[in-house]
Order: sequence, then C-alpha cells, then structure tokens
Amino acid sequence: MEKDMERRLYADTGAPEGSPVVNPDPRTLGDSSNIQLFNEQLKLLNSGLTEEDRLNFCDTPPEVIKPFRGHWENFLNWARSESLWILGFGTGCGAIELRPLMTSRFDMYQYGIQPRPTPRQSSIFVIGGYASVKTMKRIVRSYEQMQGPKFVLGLGSCTINGGMYYDSYNTVNRLDHYIPVDVYIAGCMPRPEALLAGLMELKTIIKEGRGEGANKYAENFEWYKANQKRIIKDWNMPDYNW
Amino acid sequence: MNIELYKNLENSFGVTSLEVKNRNQSYIRVKKEMAVPLITHLKLVESYKHLSFFTIIDQIEKGEFELLYMLHSYSRNHDLGIIVSIERHETDMESIHHLWPAAETYQRELREMFGVEFPDSPGLYENFCLEGWEGIPPMRREFDTKRYSEDTFYKRPGRETNDPAKYMKEKIYPSEAETW
Ligand code: SF4
Repeated sequence: MEKDMERRLYADTGAPEGSPVVNPDPRTLGDSSNIQLFNEQLKLLNSGLTEEDRLNFCDTPPEVIKPFRGHWENFLNWARSESLWILGFGTGCGAIELRPLMTSRFDMYQYGIQPRPTPRQSSIFVIGGYASVKTMKRIVRSYEQMQGPKFVLGLGSCTINGGMYYDSYNTVNRLDHYIPVDVYIAGCMPRPEALLAGLMELKTIIKEGRGEGANKYAENFEWYKANQKRIIKDWNMPDYNW
Repeated sequence: MNIELYKNLENSFGVTSLEVKNRNQSYIRVKKEMAVPLITHLKLVESYKHLSFFTIIDQIEKGEFELLYMLHSYSRNHDLGIIVSIERHETDMESIHHLWPAAETYQRELREMFGVEFPDSPGLYENFCLEGWEGIPPMRREFDTKRYSEDTFYKRPGRETNDPAKYMKEKIYPSEAETW
C-alpha cells in the first residue's frame, strides 16, 4: 500500500518535456515552526524516541552556566585555551588537514592541542568542511555530548556559505545556524598554517572570555533545534543528547 | 566485440545498435523484457562474469531512463555495456540480484536516487545515502537542486563568483597577465 503510494508520487512528478520544474517546498514538508519541544514541566518531549527508549535518555534541556568573575575565571580561561583537545571526528575534505597538523612539521602538540577519541574528553570540535544533512545529525549528536565549555571551529568555505556545494541538495550552507561557531577559517581547503592561525585566534577568544558557545547554545536552544529539525527529517534520537 | 557473438545475440534476444568504442569496449541496446534473459545468458554462457557497475542515465528529453549494465569478461578482455530504456512513468525493472548479490546495493541506490523500483530486491527500501528524504528523488533531472538548497538551507549574503582563470591572471600573476 505504502509502496503503491510512493510509486504514484514518483509517477506524478515524472515531468513531461517542457513542463515547469516542480519541487515540493521543504518548508511545507516538515513544518518545524510548530514543533513541540517541551511538555508542561519544561522537560524535553523526545518525540523522536520510542516509549521504552525515552526512559534511557535525559529530558533536561541544557542550562546556561555563568562564568566566574575576575582572576579565577581568567585563570580558568588560560588553562582552557592552553589545553585544546580536538574531537577526532573528521567531516568533509578538511579533516585531511589535521594529519599534517599533528606530525612534526606543524606539530600542534607544542600549542597544547591534541586529538581525543570521544566527545566527552574533548573541548573543541573542528568541522572540517561540508556538512551533509546526514553528517549534521552526527555533528549535533557529538556536539551535545561534549562537556562545556566547548568550542567549534569551522574549517573551509563550505562551513561558511556552502563553498562550492552551495547549491547541493544535501549540504548545509551556514553551519552557525545549527551549532554555534567560534572561529571560521576561509579557504578551500585552508593550509595547516591557516588552521594554526585559526587555533591561535580561538585561544585569544577564549582568553578574553568570549568563548561562550555552549551558553549560546543553551540560551537559543529552541532556535537551534527548530533549524536542525527542519533539515533532519528522521529525528530518531533524543532532543538533547547529553 | 566479436561480430559473431553480436549476430547470435541479435537473433536470439533482439539486440540492436551495436556501438564499438574501441577494441575492449562496446555497447548494445535491448528491449526491457529481454534484458534479464540476455544478461543471464551473457553471464552463464558467454563468460561475461563480472558486473562492473550498474547505473541510470536520465534522458528527460526522450521521457525515458536508460539503464546501463556494464559487464566484463576476463577471458575476452572485453567490457560490454547493455543499455535498456524504460519509460519515466513506469519505473519498474526486473532485479538482477540473483545473478550478482552485489547488485542489491546498486538497486538500492537507484531506487533512492531515481525512484526506479526493482521488486523483490532485498533491502530495497533501506536508506542508502539519504536519510528521511521526502519528495522526488534527487538525481532525477526535473529536481532543481539549487532551488531546493535555497529553500532549505540558510544562505549567507555576500557570495561572489569569479571566473577562476581571469581572477588568477589579474590578482595573482598580474605581470604575466598580458602574455597569457
Ligand atoms: S571548503 Fe573546499 S576543501 Fe573544504 S570541504 Fe569544502 S570543498 Fe572541501
């Protein structure tokens, strides 16, 4: 039955020659303006999960954690900026730049930067280029699992405005509409030097106390969720993957 | 391609329009009903044992999909492409997964990207590349990917496009620009 319907859908859209191009307007498909995120107790609904799975996941939205004041926070920021641990999750072409960065020529270890295998251990997420919708789902999932304070570095033109994939049906154009981004590095693809410059820039940002991505995410949680859910149609994970 | 083999296939399967690209590569066309018998024959009798790839070309102007089965024979050292036209409206095709189990994957992809159905092919409705895709399959040519992208994703204003050759001449090698 379902298959028949599907087939009819394709048959209808087999446009004969010269007919105008028809695309379904995605805005009307998964209507995300009225997605419901919270129940009355302000807990997450987790509507993508099955009944028994819901018990296994957290239903608390992220909270804003206020920074301390004065020298203590400065000290913490200094410590954070000098031990940037990269999540070993390569997306897009740009992830290839992380290898030369690790080895002796560019040697990122001398700046206190090193890769880590799991989101829980890492503090910086390098999005190495184009993020397809399918990858976006994994990116969101990994990003939310990282412990705050956490930083995101958008590497390459693709993360900025879609780069050469700006017209692809499957590549998101602006990364910062889905997760907060601290530093962008332009180029297609940027050299490891540019990546190092970006990391140094990130260090300054953190030292000045401007690396507040995690709090920004918590503050604008609903906006980010609406954007994410608009493109990720098969949302079968918790609303907040902590 | 061996002309005798072609004559044989012409008689028994109604194969038409032989196109010889070079010594090691030729293409033939066959009707939809005879496609799978022909491929079976080529595999079992004529030593075309290897399925190199299986893909679809969307000939929207003619209103049809061209299915291209590329077979390879090790003993003949020859690639044979079998082109089968099907209507864009009737997108059903017999499956060949019983000949090559790997064809399942091709068929899954083609179902997702072009909406061509292969009844009985295992796992046909599983996700291949896309997850939760709604709407018309993206590789069909009536699908406007640019418009879809504009509608779905958020554009960042201020995007400029330069002709790379011209731009390089002007900006990077200005002194050499005249000599090019
Ligand atoms: S910016 Fe260029 S190198 Fe980087 S992911 Fe995009 S296409 Fe690849």
